Amino acid sequence: MLRHMPVTAMIGLVLTALFLICAVFAPWLAPYSMAEVVGNPWEPRSAASLLGTDNIGRDLLSRLIYGARTTITIAALATMLAFSLGSVLGILAAVLGGWADQLMSRGVDLLMSIPTLIFALLILSVMPSTIAVLVVVMGVLDSTRVYRLARAVAVDLNVQDFVEAARLRGEGRIWIIFREILPNALAPLIAELGLRFIFAVLFLSSLSFLGLGVQPPDADWGSLVRENRQGIVFGVPAALIPAGAIATLAISVNLVADWILKQKTDLKGGRGG
Amino acid sequence: MNSLIARLIAQRLALGISLLFAVSVLIFAGTQILPGDVAQSILGQGATPEALANIRRELGLDQPAWQRYLSWLGGILQGDLGTALSNNRDIAESLGRRVNNTLFLAFWTAVVAVPLAILLGLVAVRYQNRWPDRLISGSTLTAISLPEFFIGYLLIYFFAVQLNWFPSVASVHDRMSLGERLHAIALPAATLTLVILAHMMRMTRAAILNVMQSAYIETAELKGLRSLLIIWRHAFPNAVSPVVNVVMINLAFLVVGVVVVEVIFVYPGMGQYLIDHVAKRDIPVVQAVCLIFAAVYIGLNMIADLVSILSNPRLRHPK
Amino acid sequence: MSRELEFLSTQVIMGRMSRRDFLGRAAALGVAIPVATSMLSSAALASSPIKGGALRAGMQGGESTDSLDPALWTSQVQHSFGQSWGEALTNVSPEGDLVPRLAEEIHASDDAREWTFRLRRGVQFHNGKEMDADDVVATLERHSDEDSQSGALGIMRGIESVRKTGNYEIVITTTEANADLPFLLSDYHLMIQPNGGKDAPEAGIGTGPYKVVEFEPGVRQRAERFQNYWNPDEFGHADEIEILIINDTTSRMAALQSGQVDVVNRVEPSIVDRVANLSNVRVQSVAGRAHYVFVMHADTAPFSDNDLRLALKYAINREDMVDRILRGYGTVGNDFPINAAYPLFPEDIPQREFDLDRAAYHYRRSGHDGPIVLRTSEVAFPGAVDAAQLFQQSAAQAGITIDVRREPGDGYWSEVWNVQPFSASYWSGRPTQDQMYSTAYISTADWNDTRFKREDFDQLARDARGELDETRRQEMYRDMGLMVRDEGGLILPMFNDYIEATSDRVQGWNPHPMGEMMSGYALSRLWLSA
Repeated sequence: MLRHMPVTAMIGLVLTALFLICAVFAPWLAPYSMAEVVGNPWEPRSAASLLGTDNIGRDLLSRLIYGARTTITIAALATMLAFSLGSVLGILAAVLGGWADQLMSRGVDLLMSIPTLIFALLILSVMPSTIAVLVVVMGVLDSTRVYRLARAVAVDLNVQDFVEAARLRGEGRIWIIFREILPNALAPLIAELGLRFIFAVLFLSSLSFLGLGVQPPDADWGSLVRENRQGIVFGVPAALIPAGAIATLAISVNLVADWILKQKTDLKGGRGG
Repeated sequence: MNSLIARLIAQRLALGISLLFAVSVLIFAGTQILPGDVAQSILGQGATPEALANIRRELGLDQPAWQRYLSWLGGILQGDLGTALSNNRDIAESLGRRVNNTLFLAFWTAVVAVPLAILLGLVAVRYQNRWPDRLISGSTLTAISLPEFFIGYLLIYFFAVQLNWFPSVASVHDRMSLGERLHAIALPAATLTLVILAHMMRMTRAAILNVMQSAYIETAELKGLRSLLIIWRHAFPNAVSPVVNVVMINLAFLVVGVVVVEVIFVYPGMGQYLIDHVAKRDIPVVQAVCLIFAAVYIGLNMIADLVSILSNPRLRHPK
Repeated sequence: MSRELEFLSTQVIMGRMSRRDFLGRAAALGVAIPVATSMLSSAALASSPIKGGALRAGMQGGESTDSLDPALWTSQVQHSFGQSWGEALTNVSPEGDLVPRLAEEIHASDDAREWTFRLRRGVQFHNGKEMDADDVVATLERHSDEDSQSGALGIMRGIESVRKTGNYEIVITTTEANADLPFLLSDYHLMIQPNGGKDAPEAGIGTGPYKVVEFEPGVRQRAERFQNYWNPDEFGHADEIEILIINDTTSRMAALQSGQVDVVNRVEPSIVDRVANLSNVRVQSVAGRAHYVFVMHADTAPFSDNDLRLALKYAINREDMVDRILRGYGTVGNDFPINAAYPLFPEDIPQREFDLDRAAYHYRRSGHDGPIVLRTSEVAFPGAVDAAQLFQQSAAQAGITIDVRREPGDGYWSEVWNVQPFSASYWSGRPTQDQMYSTAYISTADWNDTRFKREDFDQLARDARGELDETRRQEMYRDMGLMVRDEGGLILPMFNDYIEATSDRVQGWNPHPMGEMMSGYALSRLWLSA
């Protein structure tokens, strides 16, 4: 399978792996600690600090490396939670239909209709701002979006001939969900997964900005962009670097997602590209 | 068939309205437990205990919650949203302006973004895994992964500060003509377009690709139809359901979630209005805005569901 | 105005005569001092203002919750807009002197308890009514009503009665001697309104140089020149003024750069050098009385131990903080809330240095162990989260562990500040030292955010308030400053400058240490070059 891997997917995989390595081995890779002030604010690149310094003179590279850990961990966990919760419930709703479907769908509508910010404010001001709480809040809020998509796709699939056939064969609901519908719903879901991950990264940064996210001196990438945003219109690169990191992460994760998408269609015997 | 659709719509409308009632209870309860003292927040750091006590009395916090809920609901049903605690202004009037502005920006952004996203999606499918596909995917992905304020600042830097083509302050007002307004919102609309484009475009692409595996596309291809046409006529209609759902999520975002763009471009929409009043714990305003947001979500979700059902013949005619 | 006075004031501008000489001469000529000061200010600005044009300001500090009712003002935008359409009895000049506005002359009784204000005649409200003693009495009554939500209620509580003694004269009696009363009446909440604003508090009708034409809170506020204004030489040069509320710093700078506004407030220190390098833009900065602080509750463990408080005071690197957080646009603080911008500043109090050994010594003596939680937020002051982290770093060098906890900006002022025992905050300046201390440091103060409660301090503050001898008074303020500095719960690392910027079309900028935007006078005093 890897032999047929296209270059783009390879790039995506390598970059994603690189980010993961940064995240896991942060303390060994970073030249300085997260909080240590090593120079003047917004110093340009130098031998001492390879990417320059941030708005109060901390080493940007070190903060980026430590930031990878916080960012990727929280975003990945939240996305996984959102997906398992959202897709399983969404498909279940489609298969069950009737009142159960209505109940769940309207419940989700209800959750979605309260502005995310108010919701997050409400919950996080009652709960302590720990990583676990953050992950759960972000995951649950995001799962509503996944639920709607999963249900929409599954409702379509549920009336297809092969599902009917499976029903007539006498397969149980579990079988139908996991063996018939889920595999066929994967394409749009995976396409969504890559994006949801990125949304989680961005959402985390807005929470941090509100003071609800990661506690300083730790910082996620979005917060790094925010901390240095004043410099953007004056050509200070300190904000561009973490923004570039997010974009690179987004593209590599989605390249991998695309590749998985294609694998799946290939395996199904379709024509693929 | 028509009566079936009419019944369906009526059913969903009734459901939507009862849902709104449920939401109103939830919003009311939620705003009651929102931590932070109303009076203190209104007066900020400059609050004296006397002024605090006065405001608390004025808010009628001595009445039981259910009584306050009923009178609130009664007011809303009569179109009376009450007055803001913080500055005694009529909420319906100030909010009305803001709603208009928000819808104006959302509408024009959607007019550009939705067709563009679908078109780009179709092109990406047509040239799957070739350079147009890669270019479209790569650039939209980059756009979506950059924080909104970052995109906004970049556009301001180039188009307002350097080139001076568009204003960075998109603060529209009554004395402006439609043309002036459109000119003013060019940059925020462009920012929002970049933010929502990728999501819709990628979903279009993925959903169509999924459908393309089916046998009937092969048939169409055998019939000798041209590729983009096949995709548009035969594949797209069957991919509508997920696409519509994602489009609706993004339209809702355009109404509900654009506060960052409003702040950057100084656009007088609902987002900033809500944030200011949340900060001051101006509960009547928060409730009113939340209710409007909820109505938007419920309405859009309803439309998405209906379109999904109508677009799928099998769902339209359940066995 | 006599010609001789006019001549004298030009002399001051040209630097030939000191201010003190000028005032002395003026007194000798038999003119009440306040009148003289007013002329001085106008002379200082009188490098021939040009009338006309539309002056637009992009400002941070406005919200959609803002109101036109002066009693409810808390935001910076309302401060500036209010000073353009409303007028108080008195103003305070950049030098800290009293300037009469709607009052013409002020006399105190010998015990400084009874104050007579003679009002200016022929002043018109925007609705055509003439301002008289009834309006002034009604205004002061409205703000001292215990049921009002006025931000000036705290000030008004020192007033026992306000009486009309003539159509253009009122007498104010204070509960105890207060030499500062005329200064207090310069408070921007105390704008004189027709019938005190009792009928229509939000009408936006005052006697100021501009009348309100558009008020959209949190978005824009516009006013045009009032044709019947009584003092058009000093105030109201542009035909029209407009405030656009631009809360985002970067957008504000972009709006200035692209010429959509002429003045902006709050240029962040991190970018001020870059803004200064722009063509067509001038940076205006002035050392002020506002300060960024960390407050400890002196009555709550572990901060009830003065050794721990001292340890923390010695463990903060003030110079470094001024460099990194304010980029040099500020001065180091000395743990009491007064600096040289105040009249009667006690100059000989030694500066507290960053001293890790002493910090470690006091920390050991306090016997405290374990992390100390410091709460901060983006809203506490610009750079508060960063400043807390710098504090954490420097304290760590003395073996003190600080746990920085970032709190949501939303709700910070009600849930954290003045509630939690150790948090970041800011204070803007007050017109007088007494005002600063009575607002936050006497035992009964509404906002005693350091829980500093000492009977001897309160007594000293009371005595100083009634003391008319300035040397005596300055000594008392020295003692008070020392008490707060050495035993209080206040860690005051820095006084921040007010940094603003104008386009180069804007003329007449006259820095004012009392507040932003020339202490609110900018819009009515600036003019546009042709």
